[in-house]
Amino acid sequence: MAETHSLQDLRQAAVASKVFVQRDYTSGTICKFQTKFPAELESRIDKQQFEETIQTLNNLYADAEKLGGRSYLEGCLACLTAYTIFLCMETHYEKVLKKIAKYIQEQNEKIYAPLGLLLTDPIERGLRVVEITIFEDRSIGSR
Amino acid sequence: MHLGVEEPIRECQYNQICTHNSSPMGTPHTKKKKIKRKWQVFQGRNKFYCNGRIMMAKQTGVFYLTMVLILVTSGLFFAFDCPFLASNLTPAIPAIGGVLFIFVMGMLLRASFSDPGVLPRATPEEAADIERQIDTTNGPSGPGYRPPPRTREVLINGQTVKLKYCFTCKIFRPPRASHCSLCDNCVERFDHHCPWVGNCVGRRNYRFFYLFILSLSFLTIFIFAFVITHISIFLDGCTVLEVVVCFFSVWSIVGLSGFHTYLISSNQTTNEDIKGSWSSKRGKGNYNPYSYGNFITNFCAALCGPLPPSLIDRRGFVQPDTPQPAAQTNGTGACPSNQVQSHMCAQDQCIQSTKFVLQAATNPLLHSQTVILGGGTPLQAKTSLGGPCSTLGPSQPSLPSSIPGLSCGGELMALRDSEIHCHHHLHHQHFISPEETPSPPAALPCATHLGHHVHPAQLFDPASQDSLHEDSVRGLVKLSSV
Repeated sequence: MAETHSLQDLRQAAVASKVFVQRDYTSGTICKFQTKFPAELESRIDKQQFEETIQTLNNLYADAEKLGGRSYLEGCLACLTAYTIFLCMETHYEKVLKKIAKYIQEQNEKIYAPLGLLLTDPIERGLRVVEITIFEDRSIGSR
Repeated sequence: MHLGVEEPIRECQYNQICTHNSSPMGTPHTKKKKIKRKWQVFQGRNKFYCNGRIMMAKQTGVFYLTMVLILVTSGLFFAFDCPFLASNLTPAIPAIGGVLFIFVMGMLLRASFSDPGVLPRATPEEAADIERQIDTTNGPSGPGYRPPPRTREVLINGQTVKLKYCFTCKIFRPPRASHCSLCDNCVERFDHHCPWVGNCVGRRNYRFFYLFILSLSFLTIFIFAFVITHISIFLDGCTVLEVVVCFFSVWSIVGLSGFHTYLISSNQTTNEDIKGSWSSKRGKGNYNPYSYGNFITNFCAALCGPLPPSLIDRRGFVQPDTPQPAAQTNGTGACPSNQVQSHMCAQDQCIQSTKFVLQAATNPLLHSQTVILGGGTPLQAKTSLGGPCSTLGPSQPSLPSSIPGLSCGGELMALRDSEIHCHHHLHHQHFISPEETPSPPAALPCATHLGHHVHPAQLFDPASQDSLHEDSVRGLVKLSSV
């Protein structure tokens, strides 16, 4: 019986291939990923959905690296306390990274896993790529 | 989520994943093997201390010299000059001196011990993917054909920037990143390798380095001034030593601080300045695309901007290379079983063999290795295949590219050219690393994984295993090239 995959089901599926979404350096060295839709995903997922995911990620990373009053304040405070303040509290960047991890997990559960895809958090790949694992599309339990 | 009929099997399959590492049916390898932290399998030439908390370059001799110079000079100052100065002038002098000294030491240690912004090396799949992309762009290359240097051009704020491919790390370096040949790492926003600090200076520790040299200039001038004051009133042996040290330090350190102040205000790295990347001498329209326009913003961005976390996660644990997300679990119970284990290991094996196919596709040099697998039932043998599989992590050295000798040769030519342009700055010998030293083509892949392939496990002898291996790889290469 054909059924949509859940995140757990994916663990039993075999990896068909991996797609790597590379970094987009046109805005400088800030962390931004290309929103170009990879050809291998054409049959699997809606282009709009994919671009929305990547765009949200880009926005989150931009927020982490944003220069503004908040980051300057944090920087100055850290300098004054000889950076010991980070023993007690997290940097803004780290907080955003946690948010990103949660967002990716949520996206995987709701959207990507049912389509047999899995997003890997870019931080696990050194912020170089967004790795999308494509699983073989076969129904579970028919082994 | 669970359907009635399939529930028991599914539950075992879920459970099997949970108990993979701790099950009594575990492979001999997994049983004996301790879980390592990532710093222990780190591929660069760094040294780690305090269980991965501290990260330094390999050569730290000059760093200890720096420490000794600062500690001895300051120590002599506080011991011999301060009592005199405190009583004759003001006690604020030792107080300010003390604060400066603590700040200097803090910044030095922070600059020396932190991760400068090392970029982790590409996983084998990533490397293969990039190779494929390069081959499609450049066209097929036969033996004896030297492929063009691997570069990508990108337009940043109106300037064309060339991204170079790093043969060691198997990545296209981000803009402003460079490969440090001493530490054998690609470092983000690479400034230079500082032997005095015993580490590279890059994106994550540049501000500490700058604050170190700035505060050290103040401390040196401070000590110098008050020691001269002291000498003019009362001559002492120790004081003379301090004067000598301070005199030579002042010129070099203050000069260096001035230079880095200029670099920060124009948002350049030492690397870029030495090469003249954004100099107007290169061309009329040549400008720095990273500068924010005014020196105040550049300063604030460099010193008070957000500090990115380390990308190498050195204290994390090495995970077996599987596609499932690390922390996904739905609290399933324990139900280990033989069948279930082999199923998981078969999946593991499948994943690993996909990886090996990709690796094999990029490496025509096949090393033959003997793999003696535990004999007996295919089930057990498959299980033992899973063991060595689990030893493979992202830490494995990536295989050399398909025509390593020739492409490395091309890179070496570029190396020599850029070396000519490098020179020592002021009195300090900062190692401005030229473009990366390509890793030798003979970088040996880990011996254990080469014996694997998708055939059912048996006892192998080298000859038949080798030919089987080659056949399967050829077949799989054909498949993968489709």
